Amino acid sequence: MLDTLLPILLFSALALAAIGAVKRVRLWRQGRPSPVPLLKGLAAMPRRYLVDLHHVVARDKAMSNTHVATAGGFVLAAALAIIVHGFGLESAILAWVLLAATVCMFVGSLFVARRRRNPPARLSKGPWMRLPKSLIAFSLGVFLVTLPTAGVLPEDLGSWILALVLAGVVAWGLGELFFGMTWGGPMKHAFAGALHLAFHRRPERFNEGRSTGLKALNLDNPDAPLGVETPKDFTWNQLLGFDACVQCGRCEAACPAFAAGQRLNPKKLIQDMVVGMAGGSDAKYAGSPYPGIPVGEHAGEPHGPIVARQGTALVDAETLWSCTTCRACVEECPMMIEHVDAIVDMRRFLTLEHGNTPNKGAEVLDNLIATDNPGGFDPGSRMHWAADLNLPLMADKREAEVLLWLGDGVFDMRNQRTLRALVKVLRAADVDFAVLGNEERDSGDVARRLGDEATFQSLAKRNIATLAQYRFERIVTCDPHSFHILKNEYGELGGNYEVFHHSTYLNRLIEAGRLSFKAWKGTSVTYHDPCYLGRYNGEYEAPREVLKALGIEVKEMARSGYRSRCCGGGGGAPITDIPGKQRIPDMRMNDVRETGAELVAVGCPQCTAMLEGVVAEDRAEIKDIAELVADALVEDAAPGGAGKTRRNAEEVAL
Amino acid sequence: MPHNAPQSATRPNVAVLVSVGHHPLTARARRADQDARAVEMALSLNDIQASLIHAGCHDADSDAALCGYLGMGFEAIELIEQSSGADVAPALAEALRDAAPQLVLSGARAETGEGSGLLPYLLAESLGWPIVTGLAAVESIEHGVATVLQALPRGQRRRLRVRLPAIATVESSAPAARQSAFGPARRGELTCQERPGIDDEALAEWRVQPARKRPKRLKIVKATSARDRFKAAAAKAEGGGGQVLNDATPEQGAEAIFKLLREEGVLR
Repeated sequence: MLDTLLPILLFSALALAAIGAVKRVRLWRQGRPSPVPLLKGLAAMPRRYLVDLHHVVARDKAMSNTHVATAGGFVLAAALAIIVHGFGLESAILAWVLLAATVCMFVGSLFVARRRRNPPARLSKGPWMRLPKSLIAFSLGVFLVTLPTAGVLPEDLGSWILALVLAGVVAWGLGELFFGMTWGGPMKHAFAGALHLAFHRRPERFNEGRSTGLKALNLDNPDAPLGVETPKDFTWNQLLGFDACVQCGRCEAACPAFAAGQRLNPKKLIQDMVVGMAGGSDAKYAGSPYPGIPVGEHAGEPHGPIVARQGTALVDAETLWSCTTCRACVEECPMMIEHVDAIVDMRRFLTLEHGNTPNKGAEVLDNLIATDNPGGFDPGSRMHWAADLNLPLMADKREAEVLLWLGDGVFDMRNQRTLRALVKVLRAADVDFAVLGNEERDSGDVARRLGDEATFQSLAKRNIATLAQYRFERIVTCDPHSFHILKNEYGELGGNYEVFHHSTYLNRLIEAGRLSFKAWKGTSVTYHDPCYLGRYNGEYEAPREVLKALGIEVKEMARSGYRSRCCGGGGGAPITDIPGKQRIPDMRMNDVRETGAELVAVGCPQCTAMLEGVVAEDRAEIKDIAELVADALVEDAAPGGAGKTRRNAEEVAL
Repeated sequence: MPHNAPQSATRPNVAVLVSVGHHPLTARARRADQDARAVEMALSLNDIQASLIHAGCHDADSDAALCGYLGMGFEAIELIEQSSGADVAPALAEALRDAAPQLVLSGARAETGEGSGLLPYLLAESLGWPIVTGLAAVESIEHGVATVLQALPRGQRRRLRVRLPAIATVESSAPAARQSAFGPARRGELTCQERPGIDDEALAEWRVQPARKRPKRLKIVKATSARDRFKAAAAKAEGGGGQVLNDATPEQGAEAIFKLLREEGVLR
């Protein structure tokens, strides 16, 4: 009896899954075209899944083992079940392998079930709660119906009732795992995820690569849309990426805006995009909502606006403007979904079409257009801070080894101290450098993150034209935002440079023995990784190396390195200033307090400003790496002093 | 619009005169601040038909600046082409007479050119329309009469009823202009209109140089209590202590100036 039932069940489940797959693909194809190498992508997919994706999943060892057992067991069991039971291939060896696969999957399912007993808040509930049961049903059911094939039990054991019950259990498992995969059940993540990996919009991210620069809008074509208004304005592979979300909530746990109680939850945002793509309301969402916004009040459709000019649509504008673009969500996402790209795409529409950048946004953008700096300062006063430093200008020198990119910190008295320190260190190391002076403009970072691609491209093109006039080997800057933009986002517009963050460059100088330091006599120190240096550019080591060279032992915060918590200063967040329950920099300074460190070393003017803005009785001191290096310099050491780095003051003094 | 509004009446026409502005620090062409506030005021009115009119040159720089107004949500600006040295008042007056708007809004003073602030008055004179200055809000336009709030110094407001058509000017006491968006600015069009220009002969003979801010009069506050200090801070700098000398000899004049400088403590 089972011999007839099983093939019917298997093939009807497969047929339904195929129909569902076609429907799902058509949902994605509503998006804008985005050319990807189809066959190459599919060929690269297994490696991307087994290596790159698992690299992220494996940060949670227990979960990664669970997933390997369950998913590996399932894939093998499903393939063999189709051969053995579907086509009726009576092979004892295959049957035994199938039994082993189902056992493996069953063990994995038990761990999935255990995780679901007291699920952490970040996990979605709802249909996800039944997934372990379905997994167990599938593995157990297939195991039992395979026993006779393997010759463990006689073929005709039990009655037709038992056969029916077994068929029912198998049908349940098939329903979830085959049918549900393409019809929108929890297992959708496997189908959409595999294709998402194959057709990812940033294939450079795989194989240990990195791709973090925002992609440029085409402004030359007046018919090209300016950002994303409706779900179908995303490219098709972005929609596919949203659909791959497994709702694990790792992004939610990492998101600083969510933790601060601002109205953003990256997981919910991705789910909202899925809702918009298929059309409907968010009432069925079973995870944590946006803080302060109950589920069920928003709805959308593929052709409907995501953000309404008035009233509600799919997402509120506040949600999009809460993001600090720190990329913590993207870094954590095991599915490698690009949340930040999506948010900036939607912001672009709000700014470029609605003209609705909140709070100080409009003023900052106007300033950038009129004065090339966000503060609206006289561009002719860029070098006032360095009136006494006699900095060499590119306009005079025409060429230098290092072009020192100063950034908009020139207008900020706090950052001027950092810049002075950096200049002092460069002079001590006898570096041949020059600055652009008044010819420098804002890099365009803030404009771009606020969605004003037009102003970004205008600034970028003029900066590139200025840089093209001079000869230099590399650009050094103490602003990770400028660093990222110059390094990763000017290339698309024709500016390709070798760019160094000052911590990297200082580390090189130290390694080359061009700087000598006094012994560190200060207090305990921790280091805050700026998002745009760390997650965006993978530079975690150089700042720590520099601190080590100064004789400082860094007391690491719980969230450091790629898990560093944002200071709250990125993505124009201090400008749009969306209210929350607490401030992001306050949370970061609490992280600092937990280490007991009395000083935070930073490498970013934004971080410095945000963290120094924290008002607390026993707040740690905040110093830029350049300041620490400058303070430790041996003043009268010969410039470019030969020999190894000397950490000991006595050695030099004598 | 209220229920008792006459159903037959078409939506009143509001024309906004816009000019090419000039950023105070970088001198880059932009939408002029006061004009943009006038546009904002027109946009904030319900049930009206707003149109933008500019009289001036048609070149890349000023077109880019005019796009700033389009980006606030307009499809077109009516551009009355004039040469750079032309007196635009007659051409504008003619255009307004033809378009016959109910209400004309404009900034009080242009940021470029003569910037005398006289243009609205000249237009009002030649059209024979009333003029209201320092508009803070338009409360309603009904039955050919507008109820408006006029801004007076120190936050005071005066409600006026004005017979239409009328001209009203807007200063910095009006609500700030909304953001200008790139998309609508790019899509918007300048519809050119040829009108004979009249060369401003007087202007051609002038030497123009950037204006400098006048130095502020020193205010010596001798307050003993917080209340006095607040009053002094909130008070307008008022003259009144001056003295008018008629038919004075140069010696008398110099002596009076010397005496004043002594009193003010500039000379010791």
